[in-house]
Amino acid sequence: MSGFASFGNELYTGKRSYDFVGAKKIWFLIAAVAVALSIIIPVAKGGFNLGIEFRGGSEFTVSNVKTTDPTVGEHAVTDVVAGSVPRVANIAGNTMRIQTDKLADDETLKIKQGLTTAYGVTDNEVTSTFVGPTWGADVTKQALIGLVVFVLLAALLMALYFRTWKMSLSALAGMAVTMFITAGVYALSDFEVTPSAIIGFLTVLSYSLYDTVVVFDKIRENTSGIDASTRRTFGEEVNLAVNQTLVRSINTMMVAILPVGAILFIGAGLLGAGTLRDLSLALFVGILIGTAATIFVAAPLYAWLRQGEPDLVKQARRVEQRRAGAAERAVPASPAKA
Amino acid sequence: MARTGRKKPGLRVLVWLGVVLAALTAVLAGGTIAGQASWAPKLALDLEGGTQMILAPKVEGGSDINEQQLNQAVAIIRQRVDGSGVSEAEISTQSGRNVVVSLPGTPSAETRNLIQASADMNFRPVILNGDGAAVPPESQTPDAQLPKPTAAPANSSDTNWITPEIYKQFEALDCNSPQAENAQRSDPTKPLVTCEPATAKTPAIKYILGPVEVKGTNIVTSSFQLQQGAQGAVTNDWAVNIQFDAEGTAKFKDVTERLNQFYVAAGGESGTDPKSQFAIVLDDRVISAPRSLAVITDGRPQITGGFTEQTAKALSDQLRFGALPISFEIQSDQQISATLGGEQLRMGLLAGLIGLLLVVVYSLFQYRALGFVTIASLVVAGALTYLAIAILGWTENYRLSLAGVAGIIVAIGQTADSFIVYFERIRDELREGRGLVSAVENGWKRAKRTVLASKAVNLLAALVLYFVAVGNVRGFAFTLGLTAIADLIVVFMFTHPTLQLLAQTRFFGEGHKFSGLDPERLGAVPLYRGAGRIRTPEDRPVAVRGKNAGAAAEAERRMTIAERRLAEKQEQLAGSSKTSAKENK
Repeated sequence: MSGFASFGNELYTGKRSYDFVGAKKIWFLIAAVAVALSIIIPVAKGGFNLGIEFRGGSEFTVSNVKTTDPTVGEHAVTDVVAGSVPRVANIAGNTMRIQTDKLADDETLKIKQGLTTAYGVTDNEVTSTFVGPTWGADVTKQALIGLVVFVLLAALLMALYFRTWKMSLSALAGMAVTMFITAGVYALSDFEVTPSAIIGFLTVLSYSLYDTVVVFDKIRENTSGIDASTRRTFGEEVNLAVNQTLVRSINTMMVAILPVGAILFIGAGLLGAGTLRDLSLALFVGILIGTAATIFVAAPLYAWLRQGEPDLVKQARRVEQRRAGAAERAVPASPAKA
Repeated sequence: MARTGRKKPGLRVLVWLGVVLAALTAVLAGGTIAGQASWAPKLALDLEGGTQMILAPKVEGGSDINEQQLNQAVAIIRQRVDGSGVSEAEISTQSGRNVVVSLPGTPSAETRNLIQASADMNFRPVILNGDGAAVPPESQTPDAQLPKPTAAPANSSDTNWITPEIYKQFEALDCNSPQAENAQRSDPTKPLVTCEPATAKTPAIKYILGPVEVKGTNIVTSSFQLQQGAQGAVTNDWAVNIQFDAEGTAKFKDVTERLNQFYVAAGGESGTDPKSQFAIVLDDRVISAPRSLAVITDGRPQITGGFTEQTAKALSDQLRFGALPISFEIQSDQQISATLGGEQLRMGLLAGLIGLLLVVVYSLFQYRALGFVTIASLVVAGALTYLAIAILGWTENYRLSLAGVAGIIVAIGQTADSFIVYFERIRDELREGRGLVSAVENGWKRAKRTVLASKAVNLLAALVLYFVAVGNVRGFAFTLGLTAIADLIVVFMFTHPTLQLLAQTRFFGEGHKFSGLDPERLGAVPLYRGAGRIRTPEDRPVAVRGKNAGAAAEAERRMTIAERRLAEKQEQLAGSSKTSAKENK
């Protein structure tokens, strides 16, 4: 810890400083490339791997199976509905999942019986789910409405709290980057997009803004008296604030990501595909990217948006003048600075 | 815990938190003892096992469903499910568009068909009525004496519709016990034997009804109002108005012309001929069977007699519903076996526990003894969340779903973040060279703003998700919002007061190296400056701090960090030894 603590100390005093604001062109370029890739990948792969909720169809889950041979399940389905192409997967230890196209009620019952005998399980170990093709679209539509409402309200909230719309804009830009990259990772990893994944996305948005607000609050604090100060330019103050909250950012990210990672890596092995796993991938990626986007995109963008303001330009000039003057005076006083 | 001296500012708040927790526990305990609540939170279907159907009501003509129609749809489905003998069914609406039916176990194919059948309203004339109870077998009419049709029925009110089978069915029918619902609707061209279920005021009645004469779709609208007396003065009696369309008007005129004859023949007001009644039938069940007091030629009948405002509204709603028959489209039909549900819950909790354990380890690693404050805070937040969920399960029938569990697991991180923000601020203040007591107070003042602003974003997200989203998303949003509130309570009422108290202990106040607040380790400014005055933690004047902290903190706070640093810098540049004096306070 002493290493980490002194790391925090150095960041706080400015002894150690990462140039998040100054090197913004590099970060923006990386972000732009990542976003572009996130758009190209799904297009190139022919879209996302949509879950049954979006395709519509019937799904059977068989627990405590004697054999995990997928052909057994396929036969059970094709015996009832000739010519159908079921997707059979072993989703957890002894659980099989069989997805088919939309089935009639009596077909569902027959397949259920077929699966019961084929996998040698009892009646209540086979469950069926039917999903209408509009269900997923319905969830998505509502999620999009929710997204728009949330973004508008959050932008308003931040603009009111920070008294500047530029913070809102920067925070939203960071959030957008997070969103695109998270979606890109979904496309790349071929994870199914289910309503749970959509929940994960929405949470990531909230987390991303949450994280940005914490860092921006420190920026607000550091830059509140900037006009009267000649110590640092606006960009430098922003950079210092980001550095000073870096330990918090890392700690929070770690604490947030540990439970999510536990679900993703440990839970997924035990649980198989399901609500928790779908949700946790979105969260895992989103928290990582969200934290980074705050530091590398939102904060530098904010500094960049404001640095052209006449007051801040004047202030930057004063800082330079003082430095030029201080440099001369500081030469004899240099030992005191060590 | 009873001591609330002035020297321990945090204690009073902690006592209050204890009171809140105890009160919530007492509420839950009371509910449990009374047999209404339970210690375990109620579980949703995906954890408990069962069947969940999500139905989208569709109004004929494709127009959007409004809230009133949705509520009627729920009422209709509830009646059907209750009628099918399924107990503990839950029917609720979702985002003003869908109806969610949750049933324990696996419903029969019949029940499923029944639930999704479209509602059906029509008007049939009454041929015969009787007391709701079944006629005991010994006193039932012998086969030989059963009424037999003598000719083909001339109209829908003709007693020739009554065949021996129908009469036997009528006698055997028991309207006092709940009726089984049939998915198959009756044939509108045939007579129907059915019940008018008992209400609070009226007993159950059974009927033999003639074939359908006017369809519910012929109703344009319906309203209810206080009845007007002969002089136009408003009386205290409620009345329900119906308005038919052209087809309905013509048909209803024919019906009332015939029925009114029976009414007049039976002696008007004092008469009791059932044939003067027409029955309003919804899903093959009589909801009202008024007598026809007059011939209605304008298609605007008014039903009066014995209504309260509530019953008049209920009938009027049902009639309006008949005007727009709602059918149901299955959006999703999910069966979860109890074993799978239990497994999911177990794994979810296990994953959550592992996650929590990792957080604990990380906190201790990062914050040493202060990590225990994080853990204790998480425990208190957990207790609050648990109590809230259990109590809401009792009062609001809130059920914890897998998505809800995920919300809680995710919340661990966001809750812990409040503490991290706070601790980091305290450390920052320590680095500025403050003593712990004033660092706690100042750090808190700064952290409070940040925590409030960031939690506002979280709550906003939870609220928007809750009100806009459908399905699983709601359960998730709910727990996310709940934990955000629990987090705020804990930060304000537990974490901060606890730190206030801990700041006065030797272990923390003197910055033991395992306290996580060790100024030396945190590189408090004096050591970095090399000003030479303060080398050992023991030199930090603990007692003086308390006295001047308030005023000094106030003066400090008026300066922004930038100003303060500027001041420090200038002092330093001036080479003055005041620097260390200032930091010595």
